[in-house]
Amino acid sequence: MTEAGEALKVVIVDDEAPARSRLRDLIADCAQTLPVEVAGEAANGPEALALLSARKADVVLLDIRMPEMDGIEVAQHLQRLDDPPQVIFTTAYDAYAIRAFELHAIDYLLKPIRARRLAEALVRVRGLAPLRPEVLRKLQSEPRSNLSVQERGRIHLIPISDVIYLKAELKYLTVRTAAREYLLEESLTRLEQEFAGRFTRIHRNCLVANAAIAGFERVAEEGGEAHWVVLLRGLDERLAVSRRQQHIVRELGKG
Amino acid sequence: MASINQNLPGSALPDFRNIGVVMRVLLAVIAMQVAVSAARAPSWRSALDELVGMSALAQPTLILSLVALAALSVWLRRLPYAAGVGVVVALELGLTALVFQYGHELLGGGVGATGRALAFALAATCVVLGYFNLRGRALSPALTEARLQALQARIRPHFLFNSINAVLSLIRADPKRAEHALEDMADLFRVMLADTGQLSPMEREVELCREYLNLEQLRLGDRLNVEWRLAGMPGDALIPPLVLQPLVENAVYHGIEPRIEPGAIAIEIYRRGDQLHAVITNPYQENSTHHAGNRMALANIRERLALRFDALASLTARVENGVYVVRIALPYIVKEPG
Repeated sequence: MTEAGEALKVVIVDDEAPARSRLRDLIADCAQTLPVEVAGEAANGPEALALLSARKADVVLLDIRMPEMDGIEVAQHLQRLDDPPQVIFTTAYDAYAIRAFELHAIDYLLKPIRARRLAEALVRVRGLAPLRPEVLRKLQSEPRSNLSVQERGRIHLIPISDVIYLKAELKYLTVRTAAREYLLEESLTRLEQEFAGRFTRIHRNCLVANAAIAGFERVAEEGGEAHWVVLLRGLDERLAVSRRQQHIVRELGKG
Repeated sequence: MASINQNLPGSALPDFRNIGVVMRVLLAVIAMQVAVSAARAPSWRSALDELVGMSALAQPTLILSLVALAALSVWLRRLPYAAGVGVVVALELGLTALVFQYGHELLGGGVGATGRALAFALAATCVVLGYFNLRGRALSPALTEARLQALQARIRPHFLFNSINAVLSLIRADPKRAEHALEDMADLFRVMLADTGQLSPMEREVELCREYLNLEQLRLGDRLNVEWRLAGMPGDALIPPLVLQPLVENAVYHGIEPRIEPGAIAIEIYRRGDQLHAVITNPYQENSTHHAGNRMALANIRERLALRFDALASLTARVENGVYVVRIALPYIVKEPG
């Protein structure tokens, strides 16, 4: 069934050890009739992303409800890979997610999973269209815990709490943390909506983390008129507040 | 035994020994007295005189009534509801007649006519009993819909299916453990599906929590650590069933499941005087998304405690030094009342 007749490589991601061992058993059962093998296991989202960055797999069986980073978010970060694996979501009970999966023809398995259902899903998986980012975004019920970028073939996670500011440049978005900068292909407006309450827009092209705002200062440019800048916590940089956003200086009360 | 109990236990006389009930009666009757005085008097100023005049006999009647009802409470609650109401009404009318009879002899005339006092006593008694009846029904989780909701809140589908999944994973590798897990599950669901009318021994409720935690341990492994502090627990105490277990489940669901790192929950039970205390703590997860669900579960338990114990029981929940602490206090009972 695979192009080269090779076994389908499956990675199991679930935070509960018994659920992983059950899937291992079931895949062993399927292996009697299908060329399929377990290529690895992970107990949480970051582990799964590290594993799949390092090792190529064809399919990920991805639990939806996991601590700190849910399966939907993991699937979004996975799309950063050049050749992302196919995703089959697994869940014990998630009425909302299941309705959405049906709507968008995304494959999922209900726990406890039957060997027959798993085999069917594995046979079908090659023909599935890759997950579309906008669909995954719709499934995301809460803000992601991390942003992600691809660096030298690996997925690099940027915890959202580390982000000091986001700045839109021509085609990319610059993400600034205390340690370094990253380039991201996302829209500033969408991030502003997703992380509502965490960031403040200080300029048409710039969002600053509320927690990173140390204060405001009024500076006069030579020849120009005076304007406000944001002083940042943990970063020796100043960001201009646009005239239209001046009201935030008063609202945040740190002027 | 009937398979489905369709009686509404809402229709029951309140426990007149409960301080919460006593306060409610006092406030309601005095409010009615104030209203009557205001309605009868020609001006606001004379309304106060009217109230004072009325109080000379009305207040002793009220106090006597409360004492008599408290004394008869156990017996009254054993009667069928209609008979109980009849006795209370008769008692009130009798007491009013008695007090006003002696009052007139003692204080002379002009302190209120007995006829009108009897009418007021009848009205006040009916209003108060009606209020308690409505309150009982409103708070009663036995009303069909509330009951269904309570059941769903008790059996989280996510827990049910994940537990079945965990047992399935054990069947091949460790059949003995799978057996124990199924036994724990059967026990737990038997209690969850049972009628919740009777009080249950504390020891049994703790056992139930242990069975529940065994199942969670199976799924969560090292992530779940449990600390029991039961040195001061009176095992013979009776408590409403399924008060403790949902609180422990909440602690696991909100404190342990959303974390990658292992965490500990602690359960402490002790008695202080005639109060029984349980304190359940779990690590506090600031961005947990299930806060709404948590409030609902706590509100459900608070309501059940209020229905049974009124002001004698309490449930508080707050964050203390990064730890989420739920405390419940309820009367220490060793024999089912009534």
